[in-house]
Amino acid sequence: MRKNLRVRMPRQRPEERIRNFAEVALGYSAEGAREEASRCLICSPAPCKEGCPVGIDIPGFTLHIKEGRFDSALNLLWEKNNLPAICGRVCPQETQCEVQCILGKKGEPLAIGKLERFVADWGKSQNIKLKTPRPRPAKRGGQNSKLKNVKVAVVGSGPAGLTAAADLAKSGYRVTIFESLHFPGGVLRYGIPGFRLPKGVLDFEIEGIKRLGVEIQTNMLIGKVFTLKDLFEQGYKAVFIGTGAGLPRFLNIPGENLNGIYSANEFLTRVNLMKAHRFPEYDTPVRKGRRMAVIGGGNVAFDAARVAQRLEAEEVTITYRRSEQEMPARQEEIEHAKEEGVGIKLLTLPIRFLGDERGWVRGMECTRMRLGEPDESGRRRPLPIEGSQFMMEVDTVVVAIGQGPNPLLPSYTPSLKTTPKGHILVDKDGATSIPGVFAGGDIIPGEPTVIDAMGHGKRAAQAINKYLRRR
Amino acid sequence: MNKIVAKKRVAPEITLFQIEAPLIAKKALPGQFVILRIDEQGERIPLTIYEADGTQDRITIIFQEVGKTTKKLSTLKVGDSLPDLLGPLGKPTSIEKYGEVLTIGGGIGIIPLVPIARALKEAGNRITTILGARTKELIILEKEMKDLSQEIYITTDDGSYGEKGLVTDILERLIAQKKRMDQVLAIGPLIMMKKVCEITKKEKIPTTVSLNTIMVDGTGMCGSCRVRVGEENRFVCVHGPEFPGELVDFDELLVREKRFTKEERIALERYEEELKGENAQAEARGED
Repeated sequence: MRKNLRVRMPRQRPEERIRNFAEVALGYSAEGAREEASRCLICSPAPCKEGCPVGIDIPGFTLHIKEGRFDSALNLLWEKNNLPAICGRVCPQETQCEVQCILGKKGEPLAIGKLERFVADWGKSQNIKLKTPRPRPAKRGGQNSKLKNVKVAVVGSGPAGLTAAADLAKSGYRVTIFESLHFPGGVLRYGIPGFRLPKGVLDFEIEGIKRLGVEIQTNMLIGKVFTLKDLFEQGYKAVFIGTGAGLPRFLNIPGENLNGIYSANEFLTRVNLMKAHRFPEYDTPVRKGRRMAVIGGGNVAFDAARVAQRLEAEEVTITYRRSEQEMPARQEEIEHAKEEGVGIKLLTLPIRFLGDERGWVRGMECTRMRLGEPDESGRRRPLPIEGSQFMMEVDTVVVAIGQGPNPLLPSYTPSLKTTPKGHILVDKDGATSIPGVFAGGDIIPGEPTVIDAMGHGKRAAQAINKYLRRR
Repeated sequence: MNKIVAKKRVAPEITLFQIEAPLIAKKALPGQFVILRIDEQGERIPLTIYEADGTQDRITIIFQEVGKTTKKLSTLKVGDSLPDLLGPLGKPTSIEKYGEVLTIGGGIGIIPLVPIARALKEAGNRITTILGARTKELIILEKEMKDLSQEIYITTDDGSYGEKGLVTDILERLIAQKKRMDQVLAIGPLIMMKKVCEITKKEKIPTTVSLNTIMVDGTGMCGSCRVRVGEENRFVCVHGPEFPGELVDFDELLVREKRFTKEERIALERYEEELKGENAQAEARGED
């Protein structure tokens, strides 16, 4: 019977963790990982593998773990995934590999994500670095030795860009990543808080990618400092665009520009990138609200709410216009937030903000919603209930209802075809309308998760390789 | 790495730096800005590019000490480097031949005004200029603006230089005199730009303003710099910094720019205490 349940992973207690930004889930011990791995049925063909956007040989690595060969497990992971410590933490495994697991039919599916994280963390603790590619046996003057001098540019160092860069470097290309912020990592840096993804883990995995020979240049805004045309003139033979999200969406309701109302991007960037929670030791401030509302039901909303808890807000409430069933956030994040005391008001939609005489937000008028027929997303459409308006007292609001694509590079590259919303159009390989230019992540349509973005990076790296070999 | 190659005091608490930044220098156009960070604990602040010299690989910035970051920045010396410098950001000014252009600069708003006025002049416009500041010492770059302008008017709040009064007093007088103005460009404190636009809107004179708001990333990602322009929310970092003045909601912006006043004061006081401590230590060691 016990076999039906997962080995539990130790976690920081909620009352403790809301006072720090350290990681919530503490990771498996070696024994715990081996025990959990031994639950794997080693199916062949393995349905879990089908669910993985980057095609990791899951039964292969769980078998290595079960038998205590953690280094072999790590090497197998690295074959497909350049960022396993990150994926093990932030991938929605429950809707990808784990949902396919046969064990899930009778009990809990194998904890694939937690095992992936264990192996990656074990490698980090042993200081095992992602191996630099072995020089391929190339004939003198053969194609592979020529590749070394073929330059590829990657724009943006988020999950899509890092993955594309690593795969291209492994194939032998000279890769340069251009990042506009002062640190690499993209959304992994500015968006995902340290208690979900410690910055040390991110730094370690980025170091690993640099060891593959990838050069990262920060403070480089492509489109402005170099156009795509400039990059080709400098000898780059292909470009991958992974410039990510931009222009946060707002509700477009009265009072939205009152003081104390942030986009989730701003709120999270202030804390995660600029360390505003450590003001005045760090110069960037963030207002610590007493009564905070976070609007939205995705992972970003939950990240913002949990950051707010750690800023010692007295009351943090998430409002979401549909029911919990439709929430796009991961179940684990919802549970963690609830444990930490985040309130969740479902079927609630803000309709206007009210401010005081000094321009600070003081109240939020909401309307209650009910669910109607399914809409184009397949989820039941939320409809306002007439006469159900009510007020919430708030002094800080975070709007976390998504964002558009980053407008900068497309606006300086007129020949790059985009959707009416500004996403870059790509074919099934990630190729854009300009030959040699590929794209992935949040800059293309579809609001991908971190692992989807990594999948785009992988797909584009393959397509770039094919494109460059054809030339 | 972004070495400071020249430093000059322009006025009390206003400093000029020439910074080695070859890539930015080659691409920067009038109206654009950079974002910089001075150290590991530093915040990201936007500053106008005063001059970009692609042949010398340098950009020039001029800034006033208004808070901790700018105060600390002003203590850097020739030979020091800025760890993080990003640019050129924002849309360049659209330079057209309007005919008669009135440029209005208030305080440090004169800094971005110079390169834009120069480009406008080169495009064949006739420039008339009104400069204003609190007091005589804060009328900066007067010679530069004089060289670009057919006529120049100067006002100070305290009457220590030029006419006592506000730039809007001169603007109203010029309008009363039926001076031809095909385009107005106003850069300065929000309240000045607001008053200018109130007047020119009535007269239906197209007026451009340049906004300098609180920013974090500066690349269109965070929305800190959002401002209501007409019916829309616009982002100063990517849609601006210039907007049609008659559409900008200055009242909202005046409130928004006070979002962090309390924290700005805390940071500044803390920094000044730190400086005092350092000075006391230096004195104890018998240094100058």
